[in-house]
Amino acid sequence: MRVKVFVTPRKGILDPQGRAVEQALKSLGFDGVSGVHVGRYLVLEVEAASRDEASAIARRMCDQLLANPLIEDYRFEVEPG
Amino acid sequence: MKWGVVTFPGSLDDRDTLHALSDVMGQEAVALWHKDETLAGAQCVVLPGGFSYGDYLRCGAIARFSPIMKSIARFAAEGGLVMGICNGFQILCEAHLLPGALTRNRSLSFICEGVTLRVENSKTPFTRVARAGELLRMPIKHGEGLYVAPENELRDMEERGQVILRYVAADGSESEAANLNGSTRAIAGVANQRFNVFGLMPHPEYAVEPMLGGTDGRRIFESIIESAR
Repeated sequence: MRVKVFVTPRKGILDPQGRAVEQALKSLGFDGVSGVHVGRYLVLEVEAASRDEASAIARRMCDQLLANPLIEDYRFEVEPG
Repeated sequence: MKWGVVTFPGSLDDRDTLHALSDVMGQEAVALWHKDETLAGAQCVVLPGGFSYGDYLRCGAIARFSPIMKSIARFAAEGGLVMGICNGFQILCEAHLLPGALTRNRSLSFICEGVTLRVENSKTPFTRVARAGELLRMPIKHGEGLYVAPENELRDMEERGQVILRYVAADGSESEAANLNGSTRAIAGVANQRFNVFGLMPHPEYAVEPMLGGTDGRRIFESIIESAR
């Protein structure tokens, strides 16, 4: 199964990178842009018999390594590979 | 006193830390490898600065799973002294041996500067020869040193005295301008609740010789030596 993991800075945590990108976009004339956040996108191939099993594995991987819950939120999508 | 300094793939300051400990402080200091499973009888283990595992994923996130970290967690649980400097601090946070996390500097740039630190708690094994409020000059050199922790955790840490060092202006006053990386509450160094694990972004090991700009870093090492007596 293919798992796509999206890790973003946690709400309320200072995201200087997102802010810098937002400023750069504004300076290009994209005035209507706000709430820019820069995160990480990971793609994994996971051996699993079912979608549920792949989800359970993905959740454990996120909790243990792929995201730091103190500063990051994550979500993931499972696609039959 | 016997010290162990851990080398991870990508550590930078391991040899300089060994130099500071053995050649300057006159200590017995041994190099430990990240794959070692024992700590060679060290009474204090130092996790040095650098870019362990290329800082991939998050600083310290991968080093945390090195075989030696299991022994270090056990050593800390038994009350052993552990100090993480810069990347070592990041590793200790990722390993949950210290509260909080370190993220990208507010300025987004790598900062290499001398800073002034105020000793906020001088009753710890890492600061005991210093006075409360004493100012120490040390260098910082990092891209991800902005300390964050949940607000309620920060409050508890302050009450318990776990905030050991804070960035301040040269005269010791609190100043946002002196908080170069933008750390929450200008926090530069913290300890765990038991006060046997300590992490700091500034580099005491680069502040031990007058030729290199100052010797205030010795206060940290002297405190630990005093504690082990």
